[in-house]
Amino acid sequence: MATRESRTLARIMMAPSVIVLLIWMIVPLVLTLWFSFQNYNLLNPITSFAGLLNYQFFVTDPAFLQSIGNTLLLVGGVLLITVVGGILLALLLDQPIFGQGIVRILVISPFFIMPPVAALIWKNMLMHPGYGIFARIAETFGFQPVDWFAQFPLFSIILIVAWQWLPFATLILLTALQSLSEEQKEAAEMDGANALRRFIYIVLPHLARAITVVILIQTIFLLGIFAEVLVTTNGGPGYNSTNLAFLVYRTALLSFDVGGASAGGVIAVILANIVAIFLMRAVGRNLDA
Amino acid sequence: MGSITLEHVHKSFGGHPVIPDASLQIEDGEFVVFVGPSGCGKSTLLRLIAGLEDTTSGIIRLDGEDVTDQGPASRGLAMVFQSYALYPHMTVRQNIGFPLKMANTDKATAERKVADAARVLNLTDYLDRKPRELSGGQRQRVAIGRAIVRQPKAFLFDEPLSNLDAALRVNMRIEITELHQQLKTTMVYVTHDQVEAMTMADKIVVLNAGRIEQVGSPMELYRNPANKFVAGFIGSPRMNFLEGPAADKYRAATIGVRPEHMRISRESGEWAGRVGVAEHLGSDTFFHIHVDGAGMQTVRTEGEKDFAPGDPVWLSPDPSHIYRFDQSGLALR
Ligand SMILES: Nc1ncnc2c1ncn2[C@@H]1O[C@H](COP(=O)(O)OP(=O)(O)O)[C@@H](O)[C@H]1O
Ligand SMILES: [Mg+2]
Repeated sequence: MATRESRTLARIMMAPSVIVLLIWMIVPLVLTLWFSFQNYNLLNPITSFAGLLNYQFFVTDPAFLQSIGNTLLLVGGVLLITVVGGILLALLLDQPIFGQGIVRILVISPFFIMPPVAALIWKNMLMHPGYGIFARIAETFGFQPVDWFAQFPLFSIILIVAWQWLPFATLILLTALQSLSEEQKEAAEMDGANALRRFIYIVLPHLARAITVVILIQTIFLLGIFAEVLVTTNGGPGYNSTNLAFLVYRTALLSFDVGGASAGGVIAVILANIVAIFLMRAVGRNLDA
Repeated sequence: MGSITLEHVHKSFGGHPVIPDASLQIEDGEFVVFVGPSGCGKSTLLRLIAGLEDTTSGIIRLDGEDVTDQGPASRGLAMVFQSYALYPHMTVRQNIGFPLKMANTDKATAERKVADAARVLNLTDYLDRKPRELSGGQRQRVAIGRAIVRQPKAFLFDEPLSNLDAALRVNMRIEITELHQQLKTTMVYVTHDQVEAMTMADKIVVLNAGRIEQVGSPMELYRNPANKFVAGFIGSPRMNFLEGPAADKYRAATIGVRPEHMRISRESGEWAGRVGVAEHLGSDTFFHIHVDGAGMQTVRTEGEKDFAPGDPVWLSPDPSHIYRFDQSGLALR
């Protein structure tokens, strides 16, 4: 695109798709914004301008602060488990072992299971206090079975989501690990670095970019976790496992309050952007060059 | 101190022998070059010495001590890799200082040593750059810097110049040779380029298919090659080989004549032929002559000679510089 003419042409040619994309994004966003300033309840046919009332109600909802806290805990917890676990698994899978191909497919398989299904499997087969495998194991050793979703609702959801995302992190980190040149590791070995120091000084810096990618992509998806909450704890007990997405759902569909839910949606978007800015500040420079 | 001894070292990869049986003595302070065609096992032999590969059998000694079962870190050797293997996320300073950091050297000493190494290698102005911001020659020097700060017992180089352009290669050749004269540390240097071997080595080890064909000083190998392989490998352009009646006359299966020991004349000589390609290098000219019944032979002449392609000419060997080989390729004395 060297000349002015070709640049203009390029703009004209791209315009249709850009415009469609813009409408696609802008219309729902503007509608949400519009509803968030309306008194709009599905049980009440009359709508009227509400000002900031919807926001006021959403923010002063006793569940609001807790749900933000839960959202951040959920994202942070899953990131911690998947990044650390992903690095360890990737290191393991990078070793030449018997049946490497099959082991790799097995490790990736949780990613293919739909979130509600995965959550139900964990809920009924693993974590159920009556007939779950964990309960059985606890009983075998003479312990009181843990009622996971009653006692540690948020932690249980973190475990389930981390299990689903671990393969993604492992896969990205494994490819990054395999792109580390053998000679660099050997050079470090010659330089007198033991395995731990080779990991800290050579492998980890090499993985920095892949770790950044894992964190950024996962954060985007984890901010909106919903299905796992719905099928396991339904946000409870109390609001102990309600995250922002689930709170919006409650407001919209359980109270039929479209205005309030829209306000919640806008707040969720703002929160997501704050997290994104914070993340890009913290780890985004790893993506340069 | 840094003498290296290999005793009947054998190495196979998955049942496929790469080094059948190598025995070698490298004296302290020597500059030894392993030379041979690509894939002959030079790197493998070097990596065995480094400890990056395990021997299948045999013993490796450093200063007389058996180190066969020691890891690379404890052998106290330093290696410069073909790809340089610099750490991309570290600055030049951190790269050079890395071995010192791993040896838990105190900060002040480490800084002084890094500064010294940088001065020797003309890297002082680049200490805060990352490897990707350096030219090929500078990267090479960083790799050498990383090797010298540890004051190793010996340096191991694996084709360190093969990624540089021709002019830079000549410069680095001289710099490495000067470095050896300064440090007087044992150096083991791997190359497939016989010119590097001839110009840098105190002692050349010629390898062919994992076997050590001959060990000796550059001029020894040039003057008295033990067999046809060494004769053909050492010297540039390659030695001419003649078989059949031409060799029978000298009671040998094959005779070899170096291009610089071949005379060319319009009037008379031993073998008749026609001029093929002429390569003019300025100081020298190489003529490739199609000799009747003996194939292409190369002649080196000084200065300019005006033989045109197609001209009928005669070739004759310098009688005092004819190499004779028996049926199996061994030199006849
Ligand atoms: N890790 C390895 N596994 C199997 N074969 C190898 C390995 N390393 C080298 N080889 C084989 O050993 C032979 C010698 O290799 P190398 O020492 O790298 O040759 P050179 O450095 O002289 O070019 C080659 O035939 C190569 O294929
Ligand atoms: Mg090699």
